[in-house]
Amino acid sequence: MQLRSWTPSRRDTLGFGLTALLAAALAPRLVLATEEAVAAELKKLYGDKPMADGKIKLDLPEIAENGLVVPLNIDVESPMTEADYVKAVHVFADGNPLPQVVTYRFTPQSGKAAASVRMRLAQTQNVLAVAEMSNGALYSAKAQVKVTIGGCGG
Amino acid sequence: MAIKSKPRIKVPSEAKAGEIIEIKTLISHEMETGQRKDSTGKPIPRAIINKFTASFNGKTFFEADWFTSVSANPYQAFFYKASESGEFTFTWKDDDGSEQTATAKLTVA
Repeated sequence: MQLRSWTPSRRDTLGFGLTALLAAALAPRLVLATEEAVAAELKKLYGDKPMADGKIKLDLPEIAENGLVVPLNIDVESPMTEADYVKAVHVFADGNPLPQVVTYRFTPQSGKAAASVRMRLAQTQNVLAVAEMSNGALYSAKAQVKVTIGGCGG
Repeated sequence: MAIKSKPRIKVPSEAKAGEIIEIKTLISHEMETGQRKDSTGKPIPRAIINKFTASFNGKTFFEADWFTSVSANPYQAFFYKASESGEFTFTWKDDDGSEQTATAKLTVA
């Protein structure tokens, strides 16, 4: 096959320009959630209430070969009695199109504030869990998961 | 997509009083995110199961709100502290309003 040399005409240039403009205009819609989006969700839930570290065991693979099915185990330390239990746990992923992953509501009858689920991760990102205790205290934990789409372990 | 298939649940049938048992559930569902486009470039509307509820003898003890980041064919495991004999009811609620339920009996010795 012969390669033709090609000089852009005025019309071509204009076309390219328009395409680029259109792409730029559409791009923000395709942008994935960010840490700010996660922070905004948290603000909606709990305002500016401070969060402590600890209590939450976030069990996630360090490297997920398949971002479509990433196992997540959460275990929050609590006696789970009527007086002291974990009310809710929220999980966020800051690199997915929408930051929310799952929200759990526990009761003392749950026995254990633990749950396992499988989630989608669009790219390498941080997974954040926030636990709300029955006395209103908040705890958070964060873990990074590397997502390798090709599955070659790269 | 409405929920078509029967959910699968794994619950022990017997437990001692005060024992914490693990419950595992699995249901077939595409969990369409609403982010994808079909071959003609038209966006495929979101269609997921958005809520899972577990109750025992009519009292809810565990709830999960699922968002689009939950994988297809959602698996959910959680716990329950056995105190009396009775029946579990598990409910999956679809975006289209349809529901699927499953039950399991538990005997507390």
